[in-house]
Amino acid sequence: MQLKMALAGNPNAGKTTLFNQLTGARQHVGNYPGITVDHKEGHLQYQGQTITITDLPGTYSMTAYSAEELVARDYLVYNRPQVVINIVDASNLERNLYLTCQLLELGAPLVVALNMIDVAEARGIEINAAVLAQHLQVPVVPIIARSGFGKDALLSAALQVASTNQQWNPLSISYGDDLDTTLSELIKIITAADLMTETYHARYTAIKYLENDDQIQAKGREISPQTAHLLEQLVEKTADHSRLTLDVYPEAIIADHRYGYIKSLLRQGVITRKFDADRLYTSDKIDKVLTNRLLGPVLMLAILFALYQFTFSWSEIPGTWLKNAFTWLSGLVETTLPNGTLKSLIISGIINGVGGVIGFVPLIMFMFFGIAILEDSGYLARVAFMMDRIFRIFGLHGSSVMPFIVSGGIAGGCAVPGVMATRTLRSPKERMATLLTVPFMNCGAKLPVLALLIGTFFGENKARYMFFFTMLAWIVAMLAAKLLRSTVLRGAPTPFVMELPPYRFPTIRGLCIHTWERTYQYVKKAGTVILGISILLWAMMTFPGLSEEVSTSFAMKRQEVMAAAAPDTRAELQIKKEPLSEQAQALNKAITLIGNEEAEMALRHSIAGKIGISLESVSRLAGFDWRTDIALIGGFAAKEVIVSTLGTAYSMGKVDSKDAQSLSDRLKEDSNWNKVTAVAALVFIMFYSPCFITLVCIAKEASWKWAAFSMAFNTILAYLMAVAVFQIGTFFSLG
Amino acid sequence: MDTICLRQMHKNQHGIITAISVAGELGRRLREMGLVPGTRIKVCGRAPLRDPVAIRILDSTITLRNNEADHILVEIE
Repeated sequence: MQLKMALAGNPNAGKTTLFNQLTGARQHVGNYPGITVDHKEGHLQYQGQTITITDLPGTYSMTAYSAEELVARDYLVYNRPQVVINIVDASNLERNLYLTCQLLELGAPLVVALNMIDVAEARGIEINAAVLAQHLQVPVVPIIARSGFGKDALLSAALQVASTNQQWNPLSISYGDDLDTTLSELIKIITAADLMTETYHARYTAIKYLENDDQIQAKGREISPQTAHLLEQLVEKTADHSRLTLDVYPEAIIADHRYGYIKSLLRQGVITRKFDADRLYTSDKIDKVLTNRLLGPVLMLAILFALYQFTFSWSEIPGTWLKNAFTWLSGLVETTLPNGTLKSLIISGIINGVGGVIGFVPLIMFMFFGIAILEDSGYLARVAFMMDRIFRIFGLHGSSVMPFIVSGGIAGGCAVPGVMATRTLRSPKERMATLLTVPFMNCGAKLPVLALLIGTFFGENKARYMFFFTMLAWIVAMLAAKLLRSTVLRGAPTPFVMELPPYRFPTIRGLCIHTWERTYQYVKKAGTVILGISILLWAMMTFPGLSEEVSTSFAMKRQEVMAAAAPDTRAELQIKKEPLSEQAQALNKAITLIGNEEAEMALRHSIAGKIGISLESVSRLAGFDWRTDIALIGGFAAKEVIVSTLGTAYSMGKVDSKDAQSLSDRLKEDSNWNKVTAVAALVFIMFYSPCFITLVCIAKEASWKWAAFSMAFNTILAYLMAVAVFQIGTFFSLG
Repeated sequence: MDTICLRQMHKNQHGIITAISVAGELGRRLREMGLVPGTRIKVCGRAPLRDPVAIRILDSTITLRNNEADHILVEIE
């Protein structure tokens, strides 16, 4: 028989560490449908039994306020695991037992894993597990999740509980005379109407009604409107009464009594303290430095900068290997397949598409490894603590800082891991606002384009302009966040109340599993979509292609040029002699020029080209001609493509995005381009639609609807800004 | 002994919570972190921009914004 086991506990209680300890690599991470809460499941063999363990999201309580809490509760009542392991932090027992108390009230078959007894001991806290077990009437097993101590005892206790296969047996706590009276009336109604009794015990439903639990109340209304109305009336009466007489809400009274229950239990010889409660621990001493008013921010900048350096410079090494591998593969196809559509599809569509997906893998791995270090050590919470005051102004959260920096807050990041990093935010609205504004940052792919335009038109002050545009990205992103938070994402800020967990050394195993999970999810979920879109974009830039007549006319032109040259010169080209004579070089150049012209023509006749030309009347307002339009469409694949597409559109053949001197000279001479156009283009490129890889990630983290919103909102915003720059600049003839 | 608002407490000052006058999500979040009347707290410090505030409660350190601390009344020792 398959045994279902669930892990529940507070965040930072060591739940994930225990889960990793129990299941090792035999785990699987998915998402609960529709929300970004991880669903983690793992398998384990113990005493001939196959056990499936579900790691429930870490929560402090079992209300209906956050997605995490709802997921945990729903899992327990609908999946009915045979045993629930409640992991509690022994060094912080009282607060942790608040959740335990609620699990007992739900009636789930429980085993308490008393984790970090070593930490508690070091803090002079001694816990008598036997006495605690006796009071809670469930097994209590001391463990150290990091080392694996107590693992076997825990599993055998859990199997023992599971094997008895008992009925769910909820604990009842007294909530004082007033509420107890109401409760028994509520229970009577619920039992008589048989309201949700197959899912919850009547008493549990009654408590949730008193606590004003949205989910249970909505369900009640759905099943039986009359009963629900009756219950709600009764609850309201009690609530009015307690507000009038005591100035508190019933939910507060319930919480007070739960803590009262826990306190009285702990007082009966469960806990003994050797030291004074105000003693400073190592963690507090570290905080004296790391969150110091002056030193704190300086150290934070240094640490974040180090993480950034680590991620982007170190991931470049395996990144380059991968790139070389794909270049080699392209080269192989280039030389073996005949010219034509198939070759173009394989090279530009498939290899570039797969390369696009895989190319990000080292970056994502390094970044999540770095973030996992900051998160597991407890430092990320301190960053949120220090930065919150600033980010709150714009309707964001202190934790938003990481995604912004990763996305290019220090120029040269990448929005793909940036979008994925928003997972560390637990406030839904703030998270969404962060998710939608991080693509405004200057990622590494925008840099060559920025460098090209700034170098061409503001060559004398390059560094200053680069700095200015980095600052501009921050300003626009923050203001856009504010705009979103006061319109589509309007709403009161999510409470900031958060724990600063004690500093801990991350375990290598935990870091590796975390990194692997994220990378795997990216490849699996984003990979296929990205490949599909890549092929689609290739088709847009290629089809319908030139008509046969035009192709033949280009071929004829080439032949003419060849025929006009001396036979020796032609032979030189054929045998690829090195070095070429002057005549042969001239011939080669002439041939290349014809090729470039043909490429420009083909691009112009492609779907993307036609879109670009048809958009010219609109884009003119921002100073862009059809060539720029096509390049911008190409930039949707990846921003650095803008440079090479611009090159093709100006009949310059293949332009290397890192060395675009020739294109720079060409733009300088072009009458369509001047300083004002350049700034308008820069603004547009910085802020228009994120590249589609980022969009796919937004869709996976939020929804396709939000990805579409991001595309439209950013493009419109960027367009308006570019038009404003161009019109005002032209009006004052700043070009 | 004086009862003051948590926002007005100084660094390293101790006190016992007397009342938390907020309902809804914030109230619930505060309670699940152990902020209930009768509990002893100590102000550990404030962020560089003086907001949020970090407090020691039960055996953990938690942080909250000043406007959230406004709902908490403390009898200082």
